[in-house]
Amino acid sequence: MPVIFREPGWGPFREMESLQRQMSRLLAETFGPGLPLWRPGVYPLVNISEDQDRVYVRAELPGIDPKDLEITVHQSNLILRGQRKIPGEAKEANYHRREREAGTFRRVVVLPLAVDPGKVDASFKDGILTVTLTKPAKLKPRQIKIKAG
Amino acid sequence: MAEKELKPKAKEEVPAKAEPVRPGRVFLPAVDIFETPEALVLVADMPGVPPDQVTVDIKESHLTIRGEISPPLGAKETLVTQEFYTGDYQREFHLGSTIDQKRIAAAMKDGVLRLTLPKAEKAKPRKIQVKAG
Repeated sequence: MPVIFREPGWGPFREMESLQRQMSRLLAETFGPGLPLWRPGVYPLVNISEDQDRVYVRAELPGIDPKDLEITVHQSNLILRGQRKIPGEAKEANYHRREREAGTFRRVVVLPLAVDPGKVDASFKDGILTVTLTKPAKLKPRQIKIKAG
Repeated sequence: MAEKELKPKAKEEVPAKAEPVRPGRVFLPAVDIFETPEALVLVADMPGVPPDQVTVDIKESHLTIRGEISPPLGAKETLVTQEFYTGDYQREFHLGSTIDQKRIAAAMKDGVLRLTLPKAEKAKPRKIQVKAG
């Protein structure tokens, strides 16, 4: 039996992971900045961002009446439900193209951390829904001072 | 139709013809186009575009619509999860019928552009009577 020198932690999956990393870097270089897209397959798609105190969840919902939106927060789940209506046009209208779609949606977004359910704000501007959630005080970053010896 | 569930769609990027001046991606907005006896109406989804950042340009029978988005993130925000890309919108059309350019009306509400292009008098349809003979 030949002796195979193994690096600690070596394994077939590690090779795969390394390949995957290289591929996503290549993709990022080819298609420009931004994170690799996460594709959940549920409408609406959301982008989640954060700053020191808050988490922001944004969704593109053009032409939706905010009255047709229902937003619920339960622990670290944010639930977005609603309906997109496209008003019917006059009877004599004949279509050349019809790409916009109407329908209902219901989605759970798992937030990266538990939030304070009492401090949730939602705003709707130019067809973008922004849900602003406040991080609980105990999760906020704290600066640590080094004591002089 | 009312109970249909929406499916997410990836945004389609505009094929690059010339180098853009503004950095970032440019997408093709989803559109509905319909025609009534009086006008051609175009409805385009351009989420994130404020009303004052829409340009509509007609040269002869070539129509270009363009919308520039406001910055998608606040100054101190960093993205944690990204499911869609953000960018400007642009799409071009060739108009078949003659448009009365003086009476074009555009309205932008909640990220949806509605463009009404009234037909010129000579382009309006005429009903043709078939004579019995």
